[in-house]
Amino acid sequence: MNFDDTQQEAAFRAEAKAWIAANAPKQYEEELKRSSLGRTVLKGANILDVAKAWQKKKADAGWACLHWPKEYGGRGASPIERVIWQQEEGAFGKLSFTFIIGHGMCGPTMMAYAGEEHKRRYLPPLASGEDIWCQLFSEPAGGSDVAGLRTRAEKRGDEWVINGQKIWTSGAHYSDYGILLTRTDPNVPKHKGLTMFFLSMKSPGIEIRPIKQANGNSDFNEVYFTDVKIPDSQRLGAVNDGWNVSLTTLMNERMSIGAGIATGFPELFEFCSNLMLEEGPAIEDRSVRAKLAHWAVRASGLKYTNMRAISALSRGERPGPENSIGKLVAGSMIQDISAYALDLQGAVGVLSSPEEAEAAGKFQAMLMRAPGTRIEGGTDEIMRNIIAERVLGLPGDIRVDKDVPFNQIPTKGRS
Amino acid sequence: MNFDFSDDQKQLRDTARKFLAEKCPPKAVRGVIDGKSPYDRELWKGLAEMGFLGVAIPESYGGTGAGHLELCVIAEEMGRALAPVPFSSTVYLAAEALLLAGSEAQRQKWLPLIASGEAIGTLALFEGKGNPSAQSIKLAASNGVLDGVKKPVADGAIADFAIVAARTGSSGRETDISLFLVDMKAGGVEAKALGNIDPSHGQAEISFKKCRAEPLGSAGEGWSVISQVLDRAAVLLAFEQVGGADRALEMGRDYALDRIAFGRPIGSFQAIKHMLADMYVSATLARSNCYYGAWALSTNAGELPEAAAAARISATQAFQHCAKNNIQVHGGMGFTWEFDCHLYYRRANATALSLGSLSYWEDALIDRMRKRNAA
Repeated sequence: MNFDDTQQEAAFRAEAKAWIAANAPKQYEEELKRSSLGRTVLKGANILDVAKAWQKKKADAGWACLHWPKEYGGRGASPIERVIWQQEEGAFGKLSFTFIIGHGMCGPTMMAYAGEEHKRRYLPPLASGEDIWCQLFSEPAGGSDVAGLRTRAEKRGDEWVINGQKIWTSGAHYSDYGILLTRTDPNVPKHKGLTMFFLSMKSPGIEIRPIKQANGNSDFNEVYFTDVKIPDSQRLGAVNDGWNVSLTTLMNERMSIGAGIATGFPELFEFCSNLMLEEGPAIEDRSVRAKLAHWAVRASGLKYTNMRAISALSRGERPGPENSIGKLVAGSMIQDISAYALDLQGAVGVLSSPEEAEAAGKFQAMLMRAPGTRIEGGTDEIMRNIIAERVLGLPGDIRVDKDVPFNQIPTKGRS
Repeated sequence: MNFDFSDDQKQLRDTARKFLAEKCPPKAVRGVIDGKSPYDRELWKGLAEMGFLGVAIPESYGGTGAGHLELCVIAEEMGRALAPVPFSSTVYLAAEALLLAGSEAQRQKWLPLIASGEAIGTLALFEGKGNPSAQSIKLAASNGVLDGVKKPVADGAIADFAIVAARTGSSGRETDISLFLVDMKAGGVEAKALGNIDPSHGQAEISFKKCRAEPLGSAGEGWSVISQVLDRAAVLLAFEQVGGADRALEMGRDYALDRIAFGRPIGSFQAIKHMLADMYVSATLARSNCYYGAWALSTNAGELPEAAAAARISATQAFQHCAKNNIQVHGGMGFTWEFDCHLYYRRANATALSLGSLSYWEDALIDRMRKRNAA
């Protein structure tokens, strides 16, 4: 049992470290380090421009999308090398947030289902950040039950005509392309009538509207499709086989290993170390200590679970299922921790503006963002289902709509 | 990076699991719980023959000298099987104290007897209510003569020797505490078995009346040794807890797959699935914290005190969580004497208190994290 690199890993790490030291945008390092949770904002610079420049620089030197094949803009690196890169990239890795969906979900789906010509054309600029991609799955009628989506695609000649609405699309407003899951046959059960496409987000008939979230920010969009045309050559997978294609996409969503997941614990520990209560420093209070310890072992448990997964990669094995707990644990931790940080502040905890609030309002912002964390990318309940079914081998839910044609599934509860 | 046990260590775990499945079925645990015997003598002998008692004892003292990572994997299996033997008192506490502070003669005498299964040892620390602290130790030692009462002492009624924490000064500092080694057959020692929530492990009250004892380690260093022993034992016991948690989770999962109610396996209801998923989360977090503890223990790293506290807290929570919800998944049958669920529930709640309770370790963890942050 050890934390040491193999000789090969050490050599790779040294190479990555040296390149990053010579090329990373150092002027933003401090700001990036400090923005540990929520939105990353840089003073005096457009973060999208900074992110794109860094990504392009990496791509030119062969450090973008490391695990992708070289011909598609990657490096052909091993999974462990990708993890080492992420460790060395450190705070600069936060600049990749714009590309996470494209690199993590759209790219792998294109790689699995697009034709060779399309792969060579679209993947390298996706890897280099010149093109940004988004994922158009969720709809008002289908979130966790994504196969319940209603956006129609109808074949007319060599083209498909799209009508409908997507929701919760991150980055749609600055994306160049998207992958789109549609319903092509409403007369068969819901999983059997879906088809996947990719399309330009500049296509005529697309209207993008930002969603104002419960916390007042706008990180996501609604995307409306009115007679949007997609050539049949941009279909991914067979007609009506879109469900299987989407599983490739979603599987990749949950495969992120290496980047430490935010829990809010280091922030709370620091806050309690400095906060003075009437009786003395918060961290010397018995009840505060008990809470801190409770979250400390959850944070360290996640950290070492991740290290176990990295070790499996280092041995050339697939990580076990234990990594599926990360998002489930971290999501509610952020919510509970931020509420507790406010509780410790007493009445003044309601104040939220960075100038007035304790800790520059970071816990107030965390609290208001946290409900979304427990929902996006698989709700807590979906994550528990995944653990129960795929890890523990328990039976799947009984699906009452499984064999019912989609257009006969009830659409209203109480009427 | 290889933050995992080696193939040899995993093989040892498989060997231990197979051995315990055969020699320590739930029936063996019930034999002790029902009071037929204070511990499973046959099993204890078998563990000695397998070399498990001396796995972290150097060869020069009769052990196999394999090391603490090997002891961790065996501990996990002991916990999974609820082995009703004085393993933790003898191997994690007494043997570790001897290795840390014993004189050459003391080690030569007792360690080979531990490895061969001929001697049961324990640590006599607690004196009634409360958690480990130097101030709570009142038992007085004067010129090598002990007077006082220890309670509870794990496996105290079956121990051949005890390491006793005693007060040798009155400065109010930790250096007032010294350790002594007492042969339980000596005059002036009396052990009385006490009823406890987990009868598969005995608890006792030991009275010392003008009892002659030999010092263990230097005078005034007792508390420092105890702190180290507690940290080391915390990691090892945490592995037992993780083993128990995993087994309780498996029992719940298996029952949920087999039991039909409302026309379907109860494991198809989300209320049950999500409960089991949360148990898996607890057990996984605990296991990962334990691995870090194992690394720190086996390398004697400066991180050991913090790693031990984290492993201990996480594993205590996981075992309690899995054991209580295993009963819940079983419903009414889980609350019968006949089903084994209560054996795990008993062990989970008893183990949570040995070595100091959850709040003690929570306090310790925060102290240790602050120390690291300040450094």
